[in-house]
Amino acid sequence: MTIIETKSLSYTYPGGTKPSIRDVSLTIEKGEFVILTGPSGCGKTTLCRCFNGLIPHFYAGQLEGELAVAGLKVSEHPISEMAQRVGLVFQNPENQLFALSVEKDVAFGLENLGKPRDEIRKRVDWALQTTGIEELRERAPHELSGGQQQRVAIACVLAMQPDIMVFDEPTSFLDPLGAQKIFEVINELNKKLGITVILVEHRLDLASKYADHVVIMENGKILLNGKPKEIFNSETARLIGVGIPKATRLWQMLQENGVKLDGVPTSSDEATQLLREVLKT
Amino acid sequence: MIEIKDVHFTYPTGVEALKGVSLSIRNGEFVAVMGQNGAGKTTLVKQFNGLLKPTKGDVLVDGVNTRDISVAQLARKVGFVFQNPDHQLFSETVEEEVAFALKNFGFKQDTIERRITWALNLLNLTEYRKTSPFMLSGGERKRVALASVLAWNPKVVILDEPTIGQDHRQKETLRQFIVQLNAQGKTVVIVTHDVEFVAECNPRVVLMTQGQIVADGEAKRILTNPNIALKASIVSPQITQIFQGLTDLGLPTDVIDVSEAKKILIEYLEEERGKR
Repeated sequence: MTIIETKSLSYTYPGGTKPSIRDVSLTIEKGEFVILTGPSGCGKTTLCRCFNGLIPHFYAGQLEGELAVAGLKVSEHPISEMAQRVGLVFQNPENQLFALSVEKDVAFGLENLGKPRDEIRKRVDWALQTTGIEELRERAPHELSGGQQQRVAIACVLAMQPDIMVFDEPTSFLDPLGAQKIFEVINELNKKLGITVILVEHRLDLASKYADHVVIMENGKILLNGKPKEIFNSETARLIGVGIPKATRLWQMLQENGVKLDGVPTSSDEATQLLREVLKT
Repeated sequence: MIEIKDVHFTYPTGVEALKGVSLSIRNGEFVAVMGQNGAGKTTLVKQFNGLLKPTKGDVLVDGVNTRDISVAQLARKVGFVFQNPDHQLFSETVEEEVAFALKNFGFKQDTIERRITWALNLLNLTEYRKTSPFMLSGGERKRVALASVLAWNPKVVILDEPTIGQDHRQKETLRQFIVQLNAQGKTVVIVTHDVEFVAECNPRVVLMTQGQIVADGEAKRILTNPNIALKASIVSPQITQIFQGLTDLGLPTDVIDVSEAKKILIEYLEEERGKR
């Protein structure tokens, strides 16, 4: 089932001289784990802002083309309605958290929607449990570590029970182990709860193993769109300077030297396995 | 160039961020300070330019104790580029931003002009000379911050998390730039989480955890040691992970670079073929 569909979508920010996204046609299926990547300034974040209606409702500007999310025409539904379908988690959790306790931060969105008290309590409990931060409930968000804060930010969005969650470089402020834990939380939301995940990310070495759909943008346009193995192995991806996983890069370099390997690895585990077969025979 | 002797540092809030750190950085070295969030990395490098003074112990920069010299005097020798460029930039145009410190250091007007042109050209910012820094992208603002520091030609350049928010190509440019600076004899210290970036640069790595240095040495040695890595929340580079999964075939475990990995594998395959 298709959950996001854009047809020839173009958008120019107010006062902008050229469109930030141009002629974007993209279909995302329900339950997919999508990685959206491309050089800085390619339009990734702008496209994500369209998914939950921040564009055009908040940013104004010039939007052309069609966009349907969870069966709703985004231009005809207010942000408050779209926010219940599409949750956005930002790069820096400090920009998102503000309450005096974790619990209050997580409840905030639901209170704004005027949900009954019992339901708020239930959903907050569930969101804290799912992201593994129940013990932080009473703590002040600004006293937590970066990794903990990012989990709180995820819980806030999760409590709205969205169909789609968009993560805009959620781990760039975290150390590698902290980043890996966040990717695992995101992966669980996707695999166990069936939430459609769109992850904007430059660090593909850590994230690529979870994805089943990769979209690469450049200059506001979609350049490549398909399965991770095909995309990471394409010459185009390498030439525009996308940081393809080192496992894939090693495999390409071996191919160039005449070493035949089956399949295309996107993670170190896959590469180890493929290499093992070749080295042993 | 920088000598740190048993330095302790406690923030006014009571947080003990450095617990007895000793470290010596020679002139012209390239050092990456790594470790988990909250390990004390930024606190450590802020001692280098006197932004923070040790609670106990001594920091000597170019032979002078940081207690005996003002931050302004130290800044002439040690340039600091912050993690978040917005903590650093404030002028109306890129040009004024770069000129600011030069004016403060009392350079002559024609020298200032020359230095601005040089620094903007170096960082590919010439076209933005009259632009407001706040109109630029995050990556570009980081370059402006770097240009404003390099303009006064400090002996030591400290970069706090230079790769955050930079795409792959920008990181490659940054890497070449750092290598170039280092080749010109500048001492370069970076604070970073970016394991793959460090794997490509291969600097000396100083690994911190909980306010202490737990390892110090070649990147190749530190990043491939599973015990050390785990202690400091480091995930080994992907190439290292691949090789560590193949140790039973007699392959080395200390590989971090993709080109080196290719070379080893090709040689291994040729040798195996030769045996048959």
